[in-house]
Amino acid sequence: MQSMLHITTLHYLVLGAALFLLGVIGVLTRRNVVIVLMSIELILNAVNLNLVAFSRTWGGVHGQVFAIFVITDAAAEAAVGLGILIAFFRNKETVNIDEVNLLKW
Amino acid sequence: MAPVATPFFFYLLSGIMLIGGILVITRKNPVHSALALIVTLLAQASIYLMLYAPFVAGVQIILYAGGIMVLFLFVIMLVSIDRSVKERQFNSQWIVGMIAATALGGLFIAVFMKGKNIFPEHALPVIENDNTQKVATMLYGQYMFAFEIASLLLLVAIIGAVVMAKKRI
Amino acid sequence: MGQIIQYIQSYLDSDLTPGAAGNMFWALVYIMLVFVGLSVAVIAMNWLERKILAHMQVRLGPMRVGPHGLLQPIADAIKLLLKEDIMPAEADGLIFWVAPFVVVLAAFTVFVVVPFGPTHAITDMNIGILFMLGVSSLSVLGIVMAGWASNSHYPLIGALRSSAQMVSYEVAMGLAVVSAILMTSLNAEGTGTLSMIGIVQAQQAQHEWFIFKFFPLGLIAFFIFAVAMVAETNRAPFDLAEAESELTAGFHTEYSGFRWSLFFLAEYSAMIAVSSIAVTLWLGGWLRPFPNLLSNSTWDLVFSLFPGITFLFFAAICFYNAARMPKHPLFRIQTVGLAGFGIVLGLIGVILFIPAVSIRAQDIFWFAAKVAGFMYMYIWYRGTFPRYRFDQLMQMGWKVLLPMGLGVLVLTASVALLQEKLWHP
Repeated sequence: MQSMLHITTLHYLVLGAALFLLGVIGVLTRRNVVIVLMSIELILNAVNLNLVAFSRTWGGVHGQVFAIFVITDAAAEAAVGLGILIAFFRNKETVNIDEVNLLKW
Repeated sequence: MAPVATPFFFYLLSGIMLIGGILVITRKNPVHSALALIVTLLAQASIYLMLYAPFVAGVQIILYAGGIMVLFLFVIMLVSIDRSVKERQFNSQWIVGMIAATALGGLFIAVFMKGKNIFPEHALPVIENDNTQKVATMLYGQYMFAFEIASLLLLVAIIGAVVMAKKRI
Repeated sequence: MGQIIQYIQSYLDSDLTPGAAGNMFWALVYIMLVFVGLSVAVIAMNWLERKILAHMQVRLGPMRVGPHGLLQPIADAIKLLLKEDIMPAEADGLIFWVAPFVVVLAAFTVFVVVPFGPTHAITDMNIGILFMLGVSSLSVLGIVMAGWASNSHYPLIGALRSSAQMVSYEVAMGLAVVSAILMTSLNAEGTGTLSMIGIVQAQQAQHEWFIFKFFPLGLIAFFIFAVAMVAETNRAPFDLAEAESELTAGFHTEYSGFRWSLFFLAEYSAMIAVSSIAVTLWLGGWLRPFPNLLSNSTWDLVFSLFPGITFLFFAAICFYNAARMPKHPLFRIQTVGLAGFGIVLGLIGVILFIPAVSIRAQDIFWFAAKVAGFMYMYIWYRGTFPRYRFDQLMQMGWKVLLPMGLGVLVLTASVALLQEKLWHP
């Protein structure tokens, strides 16, 4: 119980791993493309949490700078991904990834 | 200023984040998922404040919760049709997906069990007030090249998103 | 009892904000004070807007409810609370219910860092301005939710337009803010600060309000922020998304009663919040006019009389209007009410002459006076300018204000560097 009350780096890492796992489940099992993209954002956030937790453990702000870059990249990737989604939706009128099977043999 | 009630806030915020994460991946309505994700992101900004990273917390609130999620909500409102809410929610390979996720979870548990003790039980470092200045010095000093590349990446992403979403190129 | 007074005295003598001192009791007291002050300000704004707009349009405005309509906001509040709460049939219940609360939350949380004085803030985060900009951008989410959850065309279009407008003008606001923050770094160590109290202290140390610094660059940055903040809060002339004649009240069409009053409360709070940012960044926050130029003790005394004189002036206006009331017996209660109100204002004015109170209330008074000036400008814009069409609005945000903001930022940085090199080599 004492180890549960003193918050160490490991606590933050476990939280990050749990979020990562939830994001992976979301990416692998959902049909709606928008929710898959949101699960990818969950994964990126879990990684950010790990980076900032390590930056706290070892001092220095390298982890925080890296986390800012990850947030920037997440914004760029969300924008492009949603653009692709809109282009796709205009063609097929659905947001169901099971129906993205034009190249299926 | 000394930290106060750290375990209480940590467990509260991590509970909010985990419940938000579970709601993101299990809601039928994508707008509800987006709102759960916003709650998760705001709780994460608070955890960044607990980790003495106020600048990253501010950036998270402005960019992620106030920018990216607004973009998501716009797109959901544009493509949302009632048909998608009434269909099945989990795709046709969900069994394989769950097996893969379980394997990944097992891997995480194994790694955490083995490596539990490599982190030092640090005494608290001095709480400075100049976190922003340090981040700025590093961003414009050591990581200047990455900074410029990131702005180029954003330019490419803007052009790409506009071209993708146009009706006729 | 003596112990309580000693405790209060010991806190008031220290020079820390409650957040810095880690004192939760005083933080709660300050939060209550800010909350009450904000509610009073919103009520006063409601009455002032109707009266000032009316006088600008050569009519009288509400005159019936109290003396000169002073009780009109209370009547409005009672009416809104008693109205029926309607929810559209196909509306998404949870989101419809949550949306007003998100907007109110975002509008009220920014007041945690607003500095009413050097120690009169609830807390002083070292990312103060970043926090304010971030949390005020969360209100866009509430508006989008409100429009979508109403499940009808007009609110949806109004919400999309409103949120597109807010997001576009946030960029111009951010650039103007950055060029003001740049000016805080022109000190001996060369490091600036993002904390709100630090920004006002930088203006005090550099002996110049930032609106006059590097003339005309500070003025242009202030102008960009002033225009962007009016667009950010969806007020005239940028109120296409919620004007009554355009989109049948836009994103809050389907809201009635108490929920609508939450949106209304959030709108006025957001106006006061962005005005506080403008006052802190460019107009010297809580500093009295000419803090360094006229800084000997007689000028201090003269300026410290201003709060009391202002309230006595208001009391004099009340008495004058009470004397001018019609001498009909049915008007007696209004005359007595107005005279009573005048007496209350006069008492407040007299209390503000006491030196112990005056020292502490000085900063809050000057800050509130400057924010009140901004509120008057908001009402003046509403009474004067015709409405912008939506494409003109977006064009101005992206094609006019954004390049101007970038130009001001680059020029400010260059002039600051030149000043460093030429005068302090």
